[in-house]
Amino acid sequence: MKAFAFLATLATGVALLYGTKDFAAWGDAASPASSHVSPVYIERAVEQTHVPNLVTAILGDYRGYDTMFETVVIYCAGLAVVCVLRRQKS
Amino acid sequence: MKLLQERVKDRPAGENLIIRTAVRLMIPFIQLYGLYVIVHGHYSPGGGFQGGVVLGASFILLALAYDLRTSLRFMSERVNAVLGNVGVLIYTGTGLLCALLGGLFLDYSALDRILPLGPVEWRSLGIFVVEVGVGIAVMSIMTSLFWDLGSGGEMDEGL
Amino acid sequence: MIWQLDLLILALVVVCAVAAINTRDLLGAVVIFGVYSFLMCLLWAEMGAVDVAFTEATVGAGISSVLFIAAIFRTTRRSKD
Repeated sequence: MKAFAFLATLATGVALLYGTKDFAAWGDAASPASSHVSPVYIERAVEQTHVPNLVTAILGDYRGYDTMFETVVIYCAGLAVVCVLRRQKS
Repeated sequence: MKLLQERVKDRPAGENLIIRTAVRLMIPFIQLYGLYVIVHGHYSPGGGFQGGVVLGASFILLALAYDLRTSLRFMSERVNAVLGNVGVLIYTGTGLLCALLGGLFLDYSALDRILPLGPVEWRSLGIFVVEVGVGIAVMSIMTSLFWDLGSGGEMDEGL
Repeated sequence: MIWQLDLLILALVVVCAVAAINTRDLLGAVVIFGVYSFLMCLLWAEMGAVDVAFTEATVGAGISSVLFIAAIFRTTRRSKD
């Protein structure tokens, strides 16, 4: 069973490594991921929001829903832990 | 860990002069750094989430070096719960305020109708308000996570 | 991006991942996991994603290690398998 698990892990790793061959190069400006909306953000973010840090501008303004629900997810996690674990001392 | 748990029964865990003095000296600077990370998120790496985690870590460090009751003295459980709710409400409330003032949800340039600073400045300020909300929420939630997990929910004897 | 530094950090990441799985002592596994998180932080900082590196350093290496230790403190230190 252990050998089978090792073989399965090895096969998955080899497949993943084979897949990375087709990835775009690091920092490639012509890759699909950075040629769709990224140029618009890079060109207009500072004049539209006056925030020099592009990451903050995107997270807080352009992708505001994303950050809001991230906060809500963390809030739900904290609420769940308090509801499950918190108990008054008997 | 068994040995550690046995030892905890005799005396409070982590009673060490060096650690306590170092932590007492470090905590103000850690909290100042957390506030800096939140406030300076516009210009440098950081923002609400990271700064909130650093602020929460300062209370966790207090609970680790002293004990859980000491950290409860600096940040009571009730205040912590209120802050967690207030943080999320600041974020969603800002978005809702934008919608009520005639813009889109989370479109901070609509806040221009309260105080005319210009839509661009309001977008910058809106990001700041939202980051502060995220920071407050994350700080209180991280602290309460550690309190509940470390003390088994009893908030009495803890790690 | 310096590929020699990348290679070194990635090799150490793999070593840490394998070590964290194979350790019987859960507290040791938590410490190795913290090292793993910090190496990922270094990797991201080296690739220029400073915000992600900051988040990884605070949450991955800081808070989650403490939460794991709190959970181990309440349960058991020995792994069964």
